[in-house]
Amino acid sequence: MTTALPVSDATLAEVALTRGEYELASRRLGRVPTEVELGVIGAMWSEHCGYKTSKPLLARLPVTGARVLQGPGENAGAVDIGGGLACVFKIESHNHPSAIEPYQGAATGVGGILRDVFTMGARPVALLDSLRFGPFEEPAQRHLLDGVVAGIGGYGNCIGVPTVGGEIYFDDSYRHNCLVNAMCVGIIEQSKLTRAVAAGPGNLVLLVGADTGRDGIHGATFASVELNEASSERRPAVQVGNPFLEKCLMEVCVTLAGDPRIVAMQDLGAAGLTSSSAELAHRGGCGIEMDVSRISRRERGMTPYEVMLSESQERMLLVVRPQDAASVQVEFDRWDLHSDVIGTVTDTGRLVVSDGGAPVCDLPLDLLIDDVPLRHPEALRPAGLDEALSADPFAMTPPWSMGETLLRLIGSPNIGSRRSIFRRYDHQVGDDTVILPGGDAALLRVRGTAGAIALTTDGNARYGALDPRRGAAIAVCEAARNVVAVGATPVGVTNCLNFGNPEKPEVFWQLSESVEGMREACLALGVPVVSGNVSLYNDTEGVSIDPTTVIGMVGHLEDLERRCAAGFGQDGDSVLLVGPMGMDLGGSEYQRLAHAVNAGPRPTLDLDLERRVQSAVLEMVAAGLLSSCHDLAEGGLAVALAESCILGGRGAQIGERLFALGTPVVQAGLLFGESQSRFLASAAATSVAAVRAIARRHDVDVRELGTTGGDRVAVIDVFDLTLTELARAHAAALMPAR
Amino acid sequence: MRFGIAVFPGTWSDGDCARAVEVLGHESVRLWHRERDLQGSDCVILPGGFAYGDHLRTGAVARFAPLMEAVQEFAAAGGLVLGICNGFQILCEAHLLPGALTRNASLEFRCETTWLRVETVDTPFTRDCERGGVLAIPVSHGEGRFVADPSTLDRLEAERRVAFRYVAPDGSAVGEASPNGSMRDIAGIVSEGRNVLGMMPHPERAAEPLLGSGDGMGIFRSVVEAVAERSTFAAVP
Repeated sequence: MTTALPVSDATLAEVALTRGEYELASRRLGRVPTEVELGVIGAMWSEHCGYKTSKPLLARLPVTGARVLQGPGENAGAVDIGGGLACVFKIESHNHPSAIEPYQGAATGVGGILRDVFTMGARPVALLDSLRFGPFEEPAQRHLLDGVVAGIGGYGNCIGVPTVGGEIYFDDSYRHNCLVNAMCVGIIEQSKLTRAVAAGPGNLVLLVGADTGRDGIHGATFASVELNEASSERRPAVQVGNPFLEKCLMEVCVTLAGDPRIVAMQDLGAAGLTSSSAELAHRGGCGIEMDVSRISRRERGMTPYEVMLSESQERMLLVVRPQDAASVQVEFDRWDLHSDVIGTVTDTGRLVVSDGGAPVCDLPLDLLIDDVPLRHPEALRPAGLDEALSADPFAMTPPWSMGETLLRLIGSPNIGSRRSIFRRYDHQVGDDTVILPGGDAALLRVRGTAGAIALTTDGNARYGALDPRRGAAIAVCEAARNVVAVGATPVGVTNCLNFGNPEKPEVFWQLSESVEGMREACLALGVPVVSGNVSLYNDTEGVSIDPTTVIGMVGHLEDLERRCAAGFGQDGDSVLLVGPMGMDLGGSEYQRLAHAVNAGPRPTLDLDLERRVQSAVLEMVAAGLLSSCHDLAEGGLAVALAESCILGGRGAQIGERLFALGTPVVQAGLLFGESQSRFLASAAATSVAAVRAIARRHDVDVRELGTTGGDRVAVIDVFDLTLTELARAHAAALMPAR
Repeated sequence: MRFGIAVFPGTWSDGDCARAVEVLGHESVRLWHRERDLQGSDCVILPGGFAYGDHLRTGAVARFAPLMEAVQEFAAAGGLVLGICNGFQILCEAHLLPGALTRNASLEFRCETTWLRVETVDTPFTRDCERGGVLAIPVSHGEGRFVADPSTLDRLEAERRVAFRYVAPDGSAVGEASPNGSMRDIAGIVSEGRNVLGMMPHPERAAEPLLGSGDGMGIFRSVVEAVAERSTFAAVP
């Protein structure tokens, strides 16, 4: 081990370590690290693997609950969904690679999150994707969108896991940093949950699946620095996916779940073999010893450094007892998958790597994992926020009539139909998708039980830009509302924190505030965070994205028969607003569209009211009182009304006169304001009294607005549109003239 | 009766097909691509997926699987073979059905409900359907555009071997709304002996009204009846 480097700034930049961190590592080690060791330390201490900036913040999140079977720290979280089953899920970002190479970046994002779930033994049953791009009107952004959608479809469709939901927003803030967050949900018998904890010194370490190539070297460190002009030259840092191989790997891993021959399973993700082997051994309090010369390669001449840091996809580490290795290898042979015995579990607490016997790396695991030098950047509330918050949204007169405004909103890229996207994803394979994409949350039945799981992702960076704490809290509430709207009880959260460079005090403040907002909302609603991911350094040329907290939520519905959909279910029903009347225009989509600004007080949020409204709605759905239920989000009441009409294929007449009172901007506030804690429901006239009784018990307002039916969507004395023109505008939103 | 469901590496509709068979109250067995034993299957289903990753061309590698040798013999002896989606692509590559499935006209993957008009009930797969009836059955494919030369198409029509055609929900011509731009809107065809059906839409995804449609069950029910009758499946002139 004499390859000590006279370390240059360029080398340190390559591994994304500061000189101070390098010196710290050398001090702890008592010598300078070798080339391989330096690469290993850089990867393990990167934000992507080591969470060196976000770790202290994330510790504030509530992670426990009666249903939690596995909280953060494993490959994915798991919650109890009854019947002895666990729902395993996680969301993860693949932002940097997707900005450079949208198809492969997105595809391997899907592949990576799938592995996180099936490495725990769970069969993946659903995928969701939360996407952000720059303005849809710009061809370059549509090119990115098209590549990302093709990549998600290319991977998910091939592997046979349905893509059932997600969201897409377009905003200036993402012009140079698109966001691609992929969520995977799996189901497994609780007794078969497999953990990535190495045990038993002398046990063998198997590397299975794809061969190792040079793709993706430094992916983890690449994801932990800002993008710049030269970033597109870093395409080699983007991995290439092979969904066919992953399908085969998935089948074997799912089959091996609960098999006594398997001591542990760990997928290879960011920083490849380095982080997977280190984490596997560290979780078990063991050590690990590997010989890289035993690893099947895709190309000749790879150095140990390259093998250790390769992010070649579709690979998995297994720990097995020596006497079981041969029989486990037979399982992989059956699917034509390579499996190499590459090392052994030790009791040294060290990561030892050799190349055909020649030592190249010998590092203590606690240095790599426990001693990650945490960064505690300064937090500073951005100047100018007060000015933005104090703007008066009611000072700007609406440019259009209310009817025209609704047509423009329902046809806008952020609100219009996503059908042109989700029809490119197989959302039905598996034959369990009861509520398809396009509603509030996807609903999947759970075989072997009478129940179902409801899945959604949500996040709104416009609120976050004005107030990251409120924005993150609203993301949690809104995701919960999506789940509640179909009748399911929120049971677990996974989150993806997409932010700029945290070394900027303003960004660190945003991050810190967002975690706090998420914490408050999760506590108020009683939903624990069981997994998550942080994506920082979403900056280009020094400009950061708006703080974007994306929440993935899983809900559980005990009885599939007691579900509800967002479209008006029958003619002649009463249209009901459950929750308060409000007119929060600050941060709204209306404001973006009508005035191209994001200013004014962000929506108010009363977490206790939110909880009461959600409880009331759950009770109404469970009692079978509602014909439809839809949550109010972007575009407010009028957009929710139009969506319930379009989804249900029937119009509605709103006779409530309140909307016609007041000046045009007040009308806009009532119709398009994004006040929180509200649902638009419909119920047979005979059920309204019972709905009111439930609402009263929860101290929640219910207001009868009008009646469903007919082929027009109208609010008395305000607007009167045909269902056809609304549906047409809605459908055309993401269909640019080519 | 017993359905045999083929599993190639990359197949993903095998579970859905097994579920549809189970809903119908029948038994299914999985047939592994490396084996030649059909395990006494009365009908072999080649399900959807990306067999062997669809490397080279959809179905191009799968046709050489040992299992396919057994399926060829089974079909030649009059056994019922139902190819769905990737299964249809494999059947074309194996020359058990004419024509080919090429990239969708939109150049995009499509997953959505399509409406199929039953063009003939004179097959063991459609005998329980209503002629001219419209079935709501989802598609999920990127390469489902059926193409063949004009004489093959004419022959398929003349021999009433077009089993299903894409139509609008009211049964009128599908026009621009075709999911893939198939020639003559063809969604499914049967072999000369009428014992092999290939179709791009997924009837197993239309096996339960809970999931949107139960219209696919007519096809599975037809097979069960046909097998029960042990009919010869010959075309009625």
